[in-house]
Amino acid sequence: MRWLLRKDLLILARSRLLLALLIVYPVAIALLIGLAISRTPARPRVAIVDETPPGETLKVGNERVAVGQYARQLFKQVEAVEVSSRAEAVEKVESGEVLAAVVIPPDIAARVSSATEQAQLEVLYNGNALQQSLVASTLDSALAHANLGFSAQIQQTAGRVIGSLLSGGSLGSIGAPEDLIGLSRIPQTLGAIIAREPHGRERAELERIAAFAGFAAQNLSLAERVLSVIGQPIRVHSVLLHGRRTPLDTFAVVVAVSVSLMFVCVLLAAGGVALEREEHTLARMLRGLVSRETLLVEKTLLAGGCAFVIAFAMLAGIGAFVALDWSRVGLWVAALVFGAAGFGALGVAIGALAREVRAASLLAFALSLPLALLALVPAGSVSSGFYDVISVISFVFPFKASLQALDAAVNDASPAIGVSLVHLAALTLVFGVLARVGLKRAE
Amino acid sequence: MSAVLSVSAVAKRYGELQALRDVSFEADAGELLAIIGPNGAGKTTLLSIIAGITSPSAGSVGRSAGEVGWAPQIPALYSKLSVAENLELFARLERVAEPQAAVERMLEQTGLAARAGEAVGRLSGGNRQRVNVALGLIGEPPVLALDEPSASLDPSQRERLWEFVAGRVAGGTTVVFSTHNVSEAQRYADRVLVLTEGRLTFDGAPRQLLALGGEHDGGDLERALVRFLRDPAPAER
Repeated sequence: MRWLLRKDLLILARSRLLLALLIVYPVAIALLIGLAISRTPARPRVAIVDETPPGETLKVGNERVAVGQYARQLFKQVEAVEVSSRAEAVEKVESGEVLAAVVIPPDIAARVSSATEQAQLEVLYNGNALQQSLVASTLDSALAHANLGFSAQIQQTAGRVIGSLLSGGSLGSIGAPEDLIGLSRIPQTLGAIIAREPHGRERAELERIAAFAGFAAQNLSLAERVLSVIGQPIRVHSVLLHGRRTPLDTFAVVVAVSVSLMFVCVLLAAGGVALEREEHTLARMLRGLVSRETLLVEKTLLAGGCAFVIAFAMLAGIGAFVALDWSRVGLWVAALVFGAAGFGALGVAIGALAREVRAASLLAFALSLPLALLALVPAGSVSSGFYDVISVISFVFPFKASLQALDAAVNDASPAIGVSLVHLAALTLVFGVLARVGLKRAE
Repeated sequence: MSAVLSVSAVAKRYGELQALRDVSFEADAGELLAIIGPNGAGKTTLLSIIAGITSPSAGSVGRSAGEVGWAPQIPALYSKLSVAENLELFARLERVAEPQAAVERMLEQTGLAARAGEAVGRLSGGNRQRVNVALGLIGEPPVLALDEPSASLDPSQRERLWEFVAGRVAGGTTVVFSTHNVSEAQRYADRVLVLTEGRLTFDGAPRQLLALGGEHDGGDLERALVRFLRDPAPAER
């Protein structure tokens, strides 16, 4: 076995392009992913045209909210480029200087105040379908945030007005009467007056007024809570049923490392076996010098060993950007070793079927890429029947099991790592048997 | 002299195709046997069975695969390894007692000592074939099976190859080779085996085949073979 390993390592070392690729690939992927997930996403550059008159306010009861607040809320969500006119905004969008432009119309305050017409913003953007989709979703999110903030502000103002109506005092606006009694104090004050009145028609009228004031005060005190419910009618409370919440950045690390482990391992193993056919040495080897099992184990070991080193280096490299729990390193190693074994077995099975290295590489690539994509399709994003098909395909190939094992090892995610390791061991055995059958064609 | 290679009633079937039928012969030490016959006669199949590459459907070969050296028609070499590295690898896999000594011996015998460090992929076809044959001989097997050894070589390369093979035969190695080049069989072989549709139809010295084909000694063996195939006689020795 060691002479075979030595031979394959020599051949690998002399395949300079392949060797360079094996070194550069994980470093590049680690750096790209590390940089991508360690920096907050850039806010889109958006031109904002505020056409509202300076100092324009929105009247809520007797209080006023500055419309400029809305623009300021919007500015927080994007990298705002203030422009003076719609024409200037169009020019900036067309030149690509900004991704989009938002025009706040001059009548926004009047429309919101009318309570019958909805205020409208104008959004201008161009670009290809993908860019349009990105801009539209980013702006939708930014506008939703701004709307929510503005709505909270209006709600607070309205709440203060309602509070003054209930408790009395000064409403603080010019022209409003000073020292108002407040709706909640009317029943008590009126009760004292009624007590001094003789029974008769006038007292009965006063009692009816007092009853109404009491009922109105009780219901108006609910209005403030109703306003907050209208502002955000449904709040989300998330409950995780199994495992631990996996942060997206560390899951991205797991996906990147699993994909690299798969590609390096499958391509090397498949290419290694196919090379024996291409060089016509397979028959020479298998005529008693080396058993088929030894040859397959050697190729799996070589490919798995290289892929393990690369994947571990990637994990360590990305660890410089993302906080990984190094106390779980033993589990990482277990997940990578079992994953490498599964991918190695798949690779030698592919290599045993192919007659030459190019065909083996193409087959390995053509099989691995869709497997990785299918394994990442979340439940519910496709029809249940199609998802069942995807699940079966993902189950019979090692990518998903390897991804789950590494996710459990790195993030303590569900399912437990033991389940995935047993799954990978079974797949290694199955693909090993398939490779053994494929090698019978050496005759 | 006792036989070093014994092939007994060997048959091979590939599905519906009967590639070999009841082939039997023996070879002594230091004999050089040529297997000739038309395309599809079963020459490569017979050599593959002798070399242990293919299992016979019936019959047996009185040597284990490890005792028969083998050089396939297309050189089976690692092109990214050097000549010496190829030889050493197979010396190790054959469990040769002194691998380095065996490598040096083969380099000397093939005349490739000066190119020992050169990658096999950069050698000429003739030199690749010499390394290919040397790999078959690295374990010092008593029998060597060569499948069309000179098929892709020019005349001078062919000449050097046969000099090398002749040296091994002189040293006592039994060599069985297949060829389409009948004059090569006439020139170098001690015995000729003619396969026709998987049957051994002639086993004897080249001059006997010449006689059967109506040719005089030193005549054209190819013409004699063509006549023989048209009007076959029972295999004889």
